[in-house]
Amino acid sequence: MTEPLLRVRGLDKSFGRVTACRAVSLDLWPGEVLGIVGESGSGKTTLLRCLAGELEPTAGSVEFRAAEGPFEDVHRMGEARRRYLMRTQWGIVHQNPRDGLRMRVSAGGNVGERLMAAGERHYGRIRAEAVSWLDRVELDPGRIDELPALFSGGMQQRLQIARILVSRPRIVYLDEPTGGLDVSIQARLLDLLRRLVRDLALAVVIVTHDLGVARLLTDRLMVMRRGEVVEEGLTDQVLDDPRHAYSQLLVSSVIGA
Amino acid sequence: MAAAIEIESLDKSFTLHLRGGTELKVLSGLSLAVERGECLALQGPSGTGKSTILRCIYGNYRPDRGHVRVRGGGDTVDVAFAEPREILALRRSTLGYVSQFLRVVPRVPAIDLVMERAQESGVEPDMARARAAAILERLHIPHALWSLPPATFSGGEQQRINVARGLVAEQPILLLDEPTASLDSDNRAAVVDLVREAKARGATVVGVFHDREVRDAVADRVLVLDKAEAA
Repeated sequence: MTEPLLRVRGLDKSFGRVTACRAVSLDLWPGEVLGIVGESGSGKTTLLRCLAGELEPTAGSVEFRAAEGPFEDVHRMGEARRRYLMRTQWGIVHQNPRDGLRMRVSAGGNVGERLMAAGERHYGRIRAEAVSWLDRVELDPGRIDELPALFSGGMQQRLQIARILVSRPRIVYLDEPTGGLDVSIQARLLDLLRRLVRDLALAVVIVTHDLGVARLLTDRLMVMRRGEVVEEGLTDQVLDDPRHAYSQLLVSSVIGA
Repeated sequence: MAAAIEIESLDKSFTLHLRGGTELKVLSGLSLAVERGECLALQGPSGTGKSTILRCIYGNYRPDRGHVRVRGGGDTVDVAFAEPREILALRRSTLGYVSQFLRVVPRVPAIDLVMERAQESGVEPDMARARAAAILERLHIPHALWSLPPATFSGGEQQRINVARGLVAEQPILLLDEPTASLDSDNRAAVVDLVREAKARGATVVGVFHDREVRDAVADRVLVLDKAEAA
């Protein structure tokens, strides 16, 4: 019997007197795509950053299991170990590409950085890998030496994705990956993400307020409101048969296209 | 002979929190069994729960009470109590579903949408593409459309892509919700042939067939639902 990759129990996160997440528990399995939906301020991004090791929870545990290894608490392990896992085993695609990219480093440098962090020193191999990943996320490898600032918003999102996938992570965290993109670019990114998830058997946690994106990309959904998970289940169960008043409000508020 | 689907004392209601907590009872104490290789047609006026039954079997709606036991190739899974992961695995291995609407990622070509369903069920890519092409051919989708995303297709063409997606993986249980609703007679006949072939290879079918000719052509048994069942 396989075990989950990620095990979260009773996670709370407060900022001073403000509670951003309360009593969140979840298991994430290899190859599974979990969506977290809810309106702005519901604690989705805070939760994601706690899972990814960027924010320390106030209470509760986030445990990650490396291949064949035991569960390790992301927030109780040593700093060096956590940094190593964050660079190799998972990555976070930020809503704002400027938070996820190094803007003063070329596109190729952005992609190569995680390889170097994982110990690769051979320049030719790093560059070849960077070219191959730029191509896989549908960026022109001819622009490898350009700075990310010269790329459009959608291209910057894809560069963030390439930067993370190059280290063959087991989990990718996505924070509103289609937010701020125009719809034709959104569709392209959705298609790309869906294929990468299938071909690389990635586990993904995706925060979005777009229920259409959630339906097409995710297997399972958690609905958050004011820091708490009010409903969870298979994505189509939650969207077609929402039980909680807040889930019903979310689903009924979508403007069909 | 073991039943492929066994529903026992199934209740399903919807509580509309945004409408002052109005409760809609759709299914109440429903029990039914479908034998392996049998085709059961669900019949009855709108609102009697035909689609709801299909969706409860598919794991799309969560029952209030009761059991929905599905027996595919291997173990029996009670969909009413299964974990999301188990339901997803059951869908890939066992449950083909043709819904009334086509919901897909924009920009993806029609043939890819069909072949990915076969791939998800473990069919190798070359074989999946061959099967997708064969079924699109059978459903009279013009070749020029295969490489286009279905967003711009006519209603009937989209419905046929949906039928192709539901049937291409050749799962042992097929759930068909009005598969011929917006089809002309040639295409209705094509769907009837495909469903009969599925039965011939031993598939169990539960369907809602608005069209009487289609129903007569494929169903072994008809279950008539009425308001009393739904009250």
